Amino acid sequence: MNKRIFAAVVGLALMPALALAQRDTVVIGLQQEPTGLDLTSDATASIEAIVTGNIVETLTVLDEKGNAMPGLSTGWTVSPDGRVYTFDLVANARFSNGRALTSEDVKFSLERAIAPDSTNPNKATLQNIEKVETPSPTKVVISLKKADNIFLFRLSSGKAGVFAKETLETLKTAPIGSGVYKFASWTKGDRLMLTRDDTHRDAAKAKMRQVTFRFIADPNAAVAALLAGDLDAFPTIPAPETLGQFKADNRFVVAVGSTEGEVILAMNNAKAPFNDIRVRRAISHAIDRKAIIDGAMFGYGTPIGSHFPPHSPYYVDLTGTYPLDLAKAKALLAEAGHPNGFEASLKLPPFPYARRSGEILASQLGKIGVRAKIEPVEWAQWIGPVFREGQYDMTVIAHTSAHDLDNYAKGPSYYYRYDSPKFRELFDRLTASVDAAETRGLYDQAQRLVAEDAVHGFLFQLPQTGVYKTGLSGYWKNSPGASGPLSALAWTR
Amino acid sequence: MPRRPAAEDPGRPLSVFLLKRFLTFVATLFGASLVVFLVLEILPGDPAQLMLGLDAQPDTLEALRKKLGLDRPPVERYLSWIGGLMVGELGISYTYSVPVAELIGERLQVTVPLALFAIAISTTLALCLGVYAASRHNTAGDWGVMIFGQLGIAVPSFWFAILLVLLFAVTLGWFSAGGFPGWAGGSWPAVKALILPALSLALVQGAILARVTRSAVLEVMREDFVRTARAKGLSRRQTLWRHVLRNALIPVVTILGLQLSALLTGTIIIENVFFLPGLGRLVFQSISQRDLVVVKDVVVLFAALVVVVNFAVDMIYVAIDPRLKAHDA
Amino acid sequence: MSARRFGALSSGSFAIGGTLALVVAATAGLSLFWTPQSATDIAVARRLAPPSVEHWFGTDHFGRDVFSMIMVGAQNSIAVGVVAVGIGATLGIALGALASARRGWVEETVMRFTDFSFAFPAILSAIMITAILGPGAVNSIIAIGIYNIPVFARVTRGSANAIWARDFVLAARAAGKGRLRITLEHVLPNIASVLIVQATIQFALAILAEAGLSYLGLGTQPPQPSWGRMLNEAQTFMFMAPRLAIFPGLAIAVAVLGLNLLGDGLRDVLDPKLTRAR
Repeated sequence: MNKRIFAAVVGLALMPALALAQRDTVVIGLQQEPTGLDLTSDATASIEAIVTGNIVETLTVLDEKGNAMPGLSTGWTVSPDGRVYTFDLVANARFSNGRALTSEDVKFSLERAIAPDSTNPNKATLQNIEKVETPSPTKVVISLKKADNIFLFRLSSGKAGVFAKETLETLKTAPIGSGVYKFASWTKGDRLMLTRDDTHRDAAKAKMRQVTFRFIADPNAAVAALLAGDLDAFPTIPAPETLGQFKADNRFVVAVGSTEGEVILAMNNAKAPFNDIRVRRAISHAIDRKAIIDGAMFGYGTPIGSHFPPHSPYYVDLTGTYPLDLAKAKALLAEAGHPNGFEASLKLPPFPYARRSGEILASQLGKIGVRAKIEPVEWAQWIGPVFREGQYDMTVIAHTSAHDLDNYAKGPSYYYRYDSPKFRELFDRLTASVDAAETRGLYDQAQRLVAEDAVHGFLFQLPQTGVYKTGLSGYWKNSPGASGPLSALAWTR
Repeated sequence: MPRRPAAEDPGRPLSVFLLKRFLTFVATLFGASLVVFLVLEILPGDPAQLMLGLDAQPDTLEALRKKLGLDRPPVERYLSWIGGLMVGELGISYTYSVPVAELIGERLQVTVPLALFAIAISTTLALCLGVYAASRHNTAGDWGVMIFGQLGIAVPSFWFAILLVLLFAVTLGWFSAGGFPGWAGGSWPAVKALILPALSLALVQGAILARVTRSAVLEVMREDFVRTARAKGLSRRQTLWRHVLRNALIPVVTILGLQLSALLTGTIIIENVFFLPGLGRLVFQSISQRDLVVVKDVVVLFAALVVVVNFAVDMIYVAIDPRLKAHDA
Repeated sequence: MSARRFGALSSGSFAIGGTLALVVAATAGLSLFWTPQSATDIAVARRLAPPSVEHWFGTDHFGRDVFSMIMVGAQNSIAVGVVAVGIGATLGIALGALASARRGWVEETVMRFTDFSFAFPAILSAIMITAILGPGAVNSIIAIGIYNIPVFARVTRGSANAIWARDFVLAARAAGKGRLRITLEHVLPNIASVLIVQATIQFALAILAEAGLSYLGLGTQPPQPSWGRMLNEAQTFMFMAPRLAIFPGLAIAVAVLGLNLLGDGLRDVLDPKLTRAR
C-alpha cells in the first residue's frame, strides 16, 4: 500500500519533467516546397532552410547578425593580401554513413562545385578559387585568384557544403552529410522529416529528436494549420494580414524580423523610355512606399532607398533621394519628351508581395501618366523571358541573397541592363578592401551611386513574418541569408 | 433483368458496335496524347532555368537540359513517351526526380477518396431527394427540391466551399480550413479533412442528379407497367423501389457517367481551395513548374479516365436497353 | 389542374429568370456610365471598411469600393459570356449543320471530334491554353469559346437530323433544292428555339467558367474587377472581413441562376413539345 502511494507520488512529481523531456518533436511550416534537396544544382531558397547546417555542414556558418562563425572549421587565418585562407577542421566530424570527414572531402566538394560540368548555382562566385590544398587531414588551404572580403560568407552557403564522394547518387532525394540531423523521409507535396543522429559529436546540444517540415503555400491553409495545432512554427507567413489574429492569441508568439530580400521595381535600363535617367527619376518620385507597405504587406516591411538592407551596419538611409512629388515627376517626364506619359508593361511573378505591390504601383504610376499594364507571369515565365532574356519593361521582384549589391557590377548582360564602369570599379575596390574604414566608405559610395542613378524603384525590405507556438525557443527572428540551425530549437514549456 | 440483345436486332450486330466503340476509345486516347504533346511543345518556359534559379550560367543550363533529355528532337521524344506509356513506364518527373507513377500514386490517395466520397454523398442525396420530389409531385416538397436543384447548379462550387469554411471552420471551429494530414496519422483525421471538400463537390453533382432522378422517376411512374403493378395491389413504396427505381436508374447512371468529367474539373478547383495534395493540384502545379513529363502523363490519365467511363456507361446502357445501341447518342 | 400548374410554373421560371438576368444586364449597362465610387482607385488608408453610406458594401483590402467593383464585374462576366458563347455557337452550329446536311464520313468526323473534345475537362483545357497564351480576359474567352464548339455541334446535329427526316424537307430535296438552301431556309429556323435555349444555358456555364478561371488567377487581370478574382482575394481576409467573400459569390449565383431559369422558361415558352413531365 505504502509502496504504491509512494510510486504514485513520485510519478506525479516527475510528470511535468517527463512531459518536458518527451517533447522533442517540432513541426515547421514552409511556404515553398523544394523540388529536390541537392543544393549543388538547385537554387530554391527553402532547400537551404532544410539542409544547410542541419544535414550538410559548411566550413563557416552565419550567426543571426550575418557574421561568419566557425562551422566545420574551428578557426581560420587569412593571408595579409586576402588571397589565402587556412582553415583548421573539427577533429571528430563524421558523415552519417559512418565515415570520418577529412580535408579531402572539403577539397572534393569545392572542386566539384567549380568543375567545368558543374551545375552549381554559385559556380561563378566560387570560381574565384584557384586551388585547394590539404596539408593534413584537418587542415585546408584555399587560395583565391583575387581577394574577396566576403569569401567567408560565401563558404557558409550550403552550395559550398561538404559532401562525401560516395553519397552523390542520392543527393537530390536523400542527401547524406555530416550534420547533426539525418534525412528520414519525404512525401512530395506534403511533408519532409529529419531525425537526429544520436551518435553525432553535437547530439547532446540538439534538443529536437525529430523535425518535420510541412509545405503549405496557401496562406489560408497555413493559418488553419497553425490554429488547429498541426504546426508549431511558420517562419515566413506569406500573408501578413493574418498576423493580427495570432498576436491576439496567447497560444502564439509573432516574431517580425528582417530578411536579406530587397523588393524593387526593376526597370529595363536599356529599353526606351527607361534608358533616360529622367524617366527613372520621375517614376521614383511617384512611388509612395508607405502605401505599398500598408496595402501589400499590411504595414510590415521597412522602406529602402537603395539596394541594401536597413539592418546592415553599412546601411545608409537613402529613402529621401526621391521624395513623393507628383508635380516634379510630371515635369521630369515632360522634360524627357513624354508630356502625356507613356504605356509600359509591368510583369509580376506569382508572389503575393509582388502581385499586390504591382497593383498598387500601377495605380500610383497612373497618376503621373505612366500607364502600367499588369502582366502576371508564372515563375517559369519570369525566369526565362524576364531574367534570362531581359524582355521586360518593368517588374517587381525581391532579391533575397545577401551581399547582392554585386548585381549592379554584372554589367549590361544582367537583366537590369545597367552599365556603369564607375560602379564596377567601385565594387572591385570594395570586395578587395581589407581595411574596415575603407570598406565602410566604399559601401556608402556604392549605395549612393545606385540610388542617384535611379537604376530601379527601391521599395521595401521584405520582413520575416514568423508565427511560433508559445514555448518554442531558439528560432531566429531575422534571416541574414540563412536560417537558424534546427539544433538550437527547444521547448521551454 | 437485362434482356438478351441478339434476338431483336434492328441495326448492326452488337459485336460490330462494340468494336467500333473500342476503336473510338483507342483513337481518342492517341489523339489526346498527340494534342497534349503538341500543346506543351509550344509552352514557353524552360524547366532547367526554373530549377537552377537566378544565378545559373548558360553552360550549367545546357548540362542540365542534356540531363533532362530536352535536347532530343520532338518526334523522338513523343514516340519514346508513348512507347513508355504502353508498358506502364511513365517517366521521371523533371522537378522532383522521382518516377511519375509514384507521384501520381501518392496524389491518387487524396483525389480518389475525395471523388468517391463526393459521389457517395451526391448520389445518396440525389436519389432520396429525387424520389421524394417525384412522389410528392407538385406539392411544396417537390418545389423545395426543384429550388434546391436550381440553386445547386447556380452556386459556384468554390464559393460554396468558402461559405462552408466560413461557417464550420472560422465561426464554429469544428473543421480546419484546409490541408490534409495524410493517412499515416490515422484514418479519422484524414477523412475529417475531406468532409468539407467532398460536400462542396457534391453540391453541384447532387443538384443535377436530383433533377434527373426526379424527372426520370416521374416519367417511369407514368408507364403502363407501373399502373399494372399498382392495380395488382402493390403499395406505393413497393412500386417505387421494385419497379420504378430500377428503370429510372438508366438515365441517372448515364448522367452520372457524363458527370465524371465535371467531377474531375471540380477537384482541380476544390483541391486549390482547401489546399489538398491531390491529382488536380498536381496538374496545376506541374503546369506552372513546367514539369512537362508530369503534365503530359496526368492529362492523358484524365482523358483516359473520362473515355473509359463513357465507354463503360455505353456498355451498361447497351446491356440494359438494346433498343438504343444502334443509334449514336 | 396539372396543366394550369404547369403553366404557372413555367412562366414562373421565365419571369424570375428573366428578371434576374435583366437586373444583371442592367447593372452592367449602368456601370458603363455611373458607379457610386470608383471601382479601381486604390486608397490603402480606407481599406477593409465596413458597409457605410459612402461604401454600401464596404471596401476591400486596397480600399476599393466593393459595390462598384461588383457592378463593373458584371460587365466583365457578360462580355466574356457573350463573346465566348458567340464564338462557340457560330462555329459549333456551322459544324453541326454541316454534319447533319452531309452525313457520311463528314458526320462521322465531326462526331468523333466532339467525342474527343469531351474527354478534356473544360478547366483543364482552359488552364493549358492560358498557360501558353498567358492569363487574361481575352485568352479565357478563347478557352471557353473553344470548349463551347463541340456542345453546339452536338446539339445542332442531333436536332437537325430530326428536321431532315421530316416530310417537307424530303419533298424539298426531291424537288432539287440544294443542301445549303434547305439548311438555311428550313433546318436552322426550326431548330432555332433549341439553340436559343442551349445558348442561354451555355451563357450561364460560361459565367461560371470565367469565375472559376479568375479564381485560379487565370482569368481577368487587375485592375479590371472580376467576381471570381474578388473571391480569391477575399479568402485571406476571411477571418477579418467575411463579407468580402459573400458579395462576389452572391453576384455569380444570381447571374447564373437567372440565366438557368431563363433558359428553362424559354424552353417552355418557345417549344412546349420539349416539355416533359415537370
